[in-house]
Amino acid sequence: MKKYNTPLIDDLEKGPWPSFVTEMKKAAKRSEMSNDALGHLEKCYSTKMGYWKHGGIVGVLGYGGGVIGRYSELGNEFPGVAHFHTVRLNQPSGFFYTSKALKEICDIWDKYGSGLTNVHGSTGDLVLLGTKTEALEPIFAEYSSRGWDLGGSGSALRTPSCCVGPGRCEWTNYDTLDLTYNLTQEFQDELHRPTFSYKFKIKSSGCACDCVAAIARADLSIIGTWKGDIKIDQAEVKNYAKTMDINAEIVNMCPTQCMSYDGKELKINNKECSRCMHCITRMTKALRPSGERGATLCMGSKAPIVVGSLLSWVIVPFIKLEAPYTELKDLIRKIWDWWDENGKPRERIGEVIEIKGMRSFLEAIGVPPQPQQIKEPRKDPFMFYTEEDVASYKAKEAEEKKTGKYKF
Amino acid sequence: MALPQRKTDIGPPHYKQFLPAVIQKNYGKWKYHEVLTPGTMVHVGESGDKLWTVRVASPRILSTDTIREQCDIAEKYCDGHLRYTTRNNVEFLVADEKKLEPLKTELKAKGFKMGGIGPHITNVVHTQGWVHCHSACTDASGLVKAMMDELYEYFETKSLPNKVRLAVACCVNMCGAVHCSDIAVVAVHTKVPNINHETFKNMCELPTVIGSCPTRAISPDPAKKSIKINADKCMYCGNCFTVCPPISIKDPERDGVAIVVGGKINSLRTSPKFSKLVIPYISNEPPRWPKVVAAIKHIVEVYAKNAKKHERVGEWIERIGWERFFSLANIDFTFQSIDDFTFMRDTLRTSATFKW
Repeated sequence: MKKYNTPLIDDLEKGPWPSFVTEMKKAAKRSEMSNDALGHLEKCYSTKMGYWKHGGIVGVLGYGGGVIGRYSELGNEFPGVAHFHTVRLNQPSGFFYTSKALKEICDIWDKYGSGLTNVHGSTGDLVLLGTKTEALEPIFAEYSSRGWDLGGSGSALRTPSCCVGPGRCEWTNYDTLDLTYNLTQEFQDELHRPTFSYKFKIKSSGCACDCVAAIARADLSIIGTWKGDIKIDQAEVKNYAKTMDINAEIVNMCPTQCMSYDGKELKINNKECSRCMHCITRMTKALRPSGERGATLCMGSKAPIVVGSLLSWVIVPFIKLEAPYTELKDLIRKIWDWWDENGKPRERIGEVIEIKGMRSFLEAIGVPPQPQQIKEPRKDPFMFYTEEDVASYKAKEAEEKKTGKYKF
Repeated sequence: MALPQRKTDIGPPHYKQFLPAVIQKNYGKWKYHEVLTPGTMVHVGESGDKLWTVRVASPRILSTDTIREQCDIAEKYCDGHLRYTTRNNVEFLVADEKKLEPLKTELKAKGFKMGGIGPHITNVVHTQGWVHCHSACTDASGLVKAMMDELYEYFETKSLPNKVRLAVACCVNMCGAVHCSDIAVVAVHTKVPNINHETFKNMCELPTVIGSCPTRAISPDPAKKSIKINADKCMYCGNCFTVCPPISIKDPERDGVAIVVGGKINSLRTSPKFSKLVIPYISNEPPRWPKVVAAIKHIVEVYAKNAKKHERVGEWIERIGWERFFSLANIDFTFQSIDDFTFMRDTLRTSATFKW
């Protein structure tokens, strides 16, 4: 195996934080590909630019995604990375593993690939980094026969992901792990065979802490919430008071000012609470949500390409989420139908909603207008009236004439 | 040896088979948790059962050797159970309290770093960079390594007013929610791309390329069977390059990074926020990007000194005002911080009340 001189990236083996260069060197001991990846990276560092080409179309039979083709411009100089494709394995909900399963994944990867991974990629897949075209079918046969499938890529449903949820969190308002597994199974075709205008991401967080960053990067962001009161354990409040200034740290930081504390008893005006989670996360032993549980569905978030970043907008203020999740699945299908009708290539659904208008979208999916969907009403007077709108306002007025009572 | 029979559309394995017994038993019935140290927490179920978690830093790029090493440790102390976080840390799940300290001792001896839970800096969300991406204008892993070496005490021991979430994107595609981080680095191009007119006509679709431009800077060039780019309109996003390889945008002397601050994704106290541009450009200086690292450390320190307990970076800045942030942090205010793209109307000031 060729020995590369890598003084620049060697410097990144120093210091306390774990080093990716050390990881690459470990893999390079056994893999010609990883060895060439090291030399290739040193070249990038010395010239301050990258040498990877656009992804080519490679994959496994019957799927249109799950493998991202990657080739180097410097294939002659670094033959080990002439092909260096990525394989995305669909992670288990919540990123839980047993050592047995992980070791099996490693064994197969060492046999056919570079021995390098991302645990995990940004979307959530377990990313296997660097293999050759001829290894793709064997890799897929080995993994799929042992129960592992590929994740999504391209203009398709991307691998859904979620927070740890009921597996290890007291704050979750629905079973994020089960929902993610269930939706992934339901939409296998949409995940493996790209037929959308662009990518579509579904991320599920159990509460407003949003540990999976759903609100910022999922086309459909499912954020857990509840409808009942926050139950207070006053004895635990007393315990917190020993180490915490409850007025400064909790009451005065409440965004709706719906709390009070007189040094003895903590009170919450639940009707005015917006369920932001600040008090609950700071006093988790004393405060717990109660009553009906479910989620708020938000839509449209994405990174800046093409016309600026978006955060997801509230579409459905509350939905109950219990298996088999029929209402949600039906809604997702309606959402995709509308996107399919209206989106141009490489337009995310948030952008299409911006172009076509929220009304068009909400009507298509059968969701009524609600004040929970907006921060404030429109500021300009340039609005559409349909014949039906005007007729309904006129009908309301006719009714008022009869009853002698205004209804606004 | 013959390959096993492939299967399609089976989806991921069911997660239940990977859950430790204590989680199976207390699934959905957790009562509370406590952070014991920056690297350890305990979750307590309604049943009284306890589950200890030890969180360990990861460079995200892992060799199979390291994954196996993590597995061996999990077998010894966690009945083989472990998980990873959305920010790519490793978590060892301990059901037996007697195994907690020996686990930590072994992790320490093997050089694994524990920390990041609570008001600290934890693993940096980042993209592939020069390691594996065609559109990277910097290396993400190297920047992260250089940053975290310098900020390491905030991971392991030193507390901040609240957690500080860092991210690095190696181009404006931002594969990783960089746009809503407390402090993030986003790599940028600064020059209009070059077009290889010879290969354009064979490799690219004219309408797709024209349509890819968010500022409508691209028009047809019929004489060359190619395109023209209007330099006054191009803001170097690189989307045309993504759809058409003969358009080359990388430039080692001009590519660099910008720093954005004040974003968050949770809804605690205030709504989720985008990160905003405060430093428009720093040159790429591999392997350790010293000026970028210094800038981030400086912003963290100014935040630590001035924010109230529980305030995130963006909440603190909104309280004091952006003009005060620039003066407190002693950062030059530049034209790049004034939005001239889609958010201009939302971001310009419309009152004469501000701080000197």
